[in-house]
Amino acid sequence: MKKALAAFTVAFSACLASGVSAQSLTVGFSQIGSESGWRAAETTVTKQEAEKRGIDLKFADAQQKQENQIKAIRGFIAQGVDAILVAPVVATGWESVLQEAKEEEIPVILLDRQIEASDDLYLTAVTSDQVHEGKVAGDWLVKDIGDKPCNVVELQGTTGSSPAINRKKGFEEALASHDNIKITRSQTGDFTRTKGKEVMESFIKAEGGGQDICAVYAHNDDMAVGAIQAIKEAGLKPGSDIKIVSIDAVPDIFKAMAEGEANATVELTPNMAGPAFDVLEAYLKDKTEPPKWIQTESKLYTAADDPMAVYEAKKDLGY
Amino acid sequence: MIHTRNLPFVAALAIFLLAYLACVLQFPNMLSTRVLGNLLTDNAFLGIAAVGMTFVILSGGIDLSIGSVIAFTSVFVASMVGSLGVNPIVAFAAVLAISTTFGASMGLMIRFLSIPPFVATLAGMFLARGAAYLISTQSVPISHPVIDAIQGFYFRFPGGGRLTAMAMLMLVVFVVGAFVAGRTRFGANVYALGGNPQSAELMGVPVGRTTIGIYALSGFLSGLAGIAYTLYTSSGYSLATVGVELDAIAAVVIGGTLLTGGAGLVAGTFVGILIQGLIQTYIVFDGSLSSWWTKIVIGILLFTFIVLQRAIVWYSDRRLAEGRLKEA
Repeated sequence: MKKALAAFTVAFSACLASGVSAQSLTVGFSQIGSESGWRAAETTVTKQEAEKRGIDLKFADAQQKQENQIKAIRGFIAQGVDAILVAPVVATGWESVLQEAKEEEIPVILLDRQIEASDDLYLTAVTSDQVHEGKVAGDWLVKDIGDKPCNVVELQGTTGSSPAINRKKGFEEALASHDNIKITRSQTGDFTRTKGKEVMESFIKAEGGGQDICAVYAHNDDMAVGAIQAIKEAGLKPGSDIKIVSIDAVPDIFKAMAEGEANATVELTPNMAGPAFDVLEAYLKDKTEPPKWIQTESKLYTAADDPMAVYEAKKDLGY
Repeated sequence: MIHTRNLPFVAALAIFLLAYLACVLQFPNMLSTRVLGNLLTDNAFLGIAAVGMTFVILSGGIDLSIGSVIAFTSVFVASMVGSLGVNPIVAFAAVLAISTTFGASMGLMIRFLSIPPFVATLAGMFLARGAAYLISTQSVPISHPVIDAIQGFYFRFPGGGRLTAMAMLMLVVFVVGAFVAGRTRFGANVYALGGNPQSAELMGVPVGRTTIGIYALSGFLSGLAGIAYTLYTSSGYSLATVGVELDAIAAVVIGGTLLTGGAGLVAGTFVGILIQGLIQTYIVFDGSLSSWWTKIVIGILLFTFIVLQRAIVWYSDRRLAEGRLKEA
């Protein structure tokens, strides 16, 4: 009796499983973790994009650990998924597990970050161009200021981190041929709101109570929000006395923009999975090889883009 | 009749088998050699480190430095091989010597300065992590023909599963560890020390030599685990394996070893490792559960096993007392 029951359950669950996989695509997604609002939003958007396309998404959160990501990828391979998405936590050490996926002919797509490995181990990488992000922010400022002289203070990201280096570089490139705009002070605010506020307070004190500052460039929106508070507490009007431009496009900056306290932000889109699923579907259909790097759009948002509507659209993504 | 001391081990084994059966009923794909191969390969470094931890806990101690030593080893080997071009075999030998010495010196501190193991190995944890940062804060890739050969060496099961070199290394460590614990003088001394250090000393157990030996062994196995981790990720990273010592402790306790020392089996730790790996595999297969369920389930299991152990200790104490009463 027991045996018969067990056999029945096995058979039943087997046909359940095969019934599901026959219809739709199954894709495994190994996410780094949920260390920042942006990453949480990326997870939410990936799940939404999969649902929209009828893809069965298997999600694994690696809690910031590479060994967990490797385990998850191996698990996906054992499960026989149709494709694997990875947001790699570090750049090195992926060769052997990606080789295994390749031997099983499971395409792998990198999201958000590149790795140091031969590029025939993955189908493509979908990432933003951080230098370009900085440049878009800089171009906006150049256009907005025109020929007037302008002293810019810069709130850098975490020292030595690649977004901090690249966003600084891109911004400086945009300013290079415009002598009227100068970066007078530049310090790290560690990508956080509190540090952004502290550093901005010291900038204001050092620059004649803020009279000599014409604009703030923050490497992310969180620091910009901190800076806005510091400017308000100093009795100045952020957005008009001092212009604010930053990168990331998190919901809170749109709220500030709607209130006229911030001027522009460059979006780091959390939708890396959309383009990834597009190329994947094309690849699985007729083996269309995508380019090895797909650059996501770095869209500029200003007060003209109906910030309140964008805020409403973004606020439930998990930022 | 199962000896009451072995009851936690039998319970762990039963839980593993039942859980695996339940997983297979839900996901028939989990009954594949590939999943079994992955269980061994993915947990190889943790398993090797947990054997060392088993000896430490059997003796009534604790070693918090394991994760840091693994990270140090991986960064050290990666820089030696990747940046300086040293032969990997030489780098392995060097790092094993360092980690063994490191473990032995913690044992020395514990024995001769009477520092509690918790504190001594906490210092070791910070020291090893700091040393890893000192070498490199970036992740260091390595590629070398010898490393490639070790990584490329595996047996293929029917069904696509692989028994990799790392998995084989872990199995060998477990077999040797079980032999040392169960069949040698050193092993008997470890159990005696964990049961009651005062009586052990009075019975003539060389407490100093054994203590230093235990921590040296744990250091050596952490180094070996670090080598396995380096091979696993073909790189070294100073931020890696944070908290692995706690996973190792969890595996040891779930495997039935008494946290206060004196009772337990190396084979139990193997089951503990498999249970942890199984939970993670299940979560990946399900694909919609939060990964933090791994921690929650392990927390519940730990709690259950500690209560079970308490009950067993209480039960055997009472039987002992009853026996004495009858004699009197």
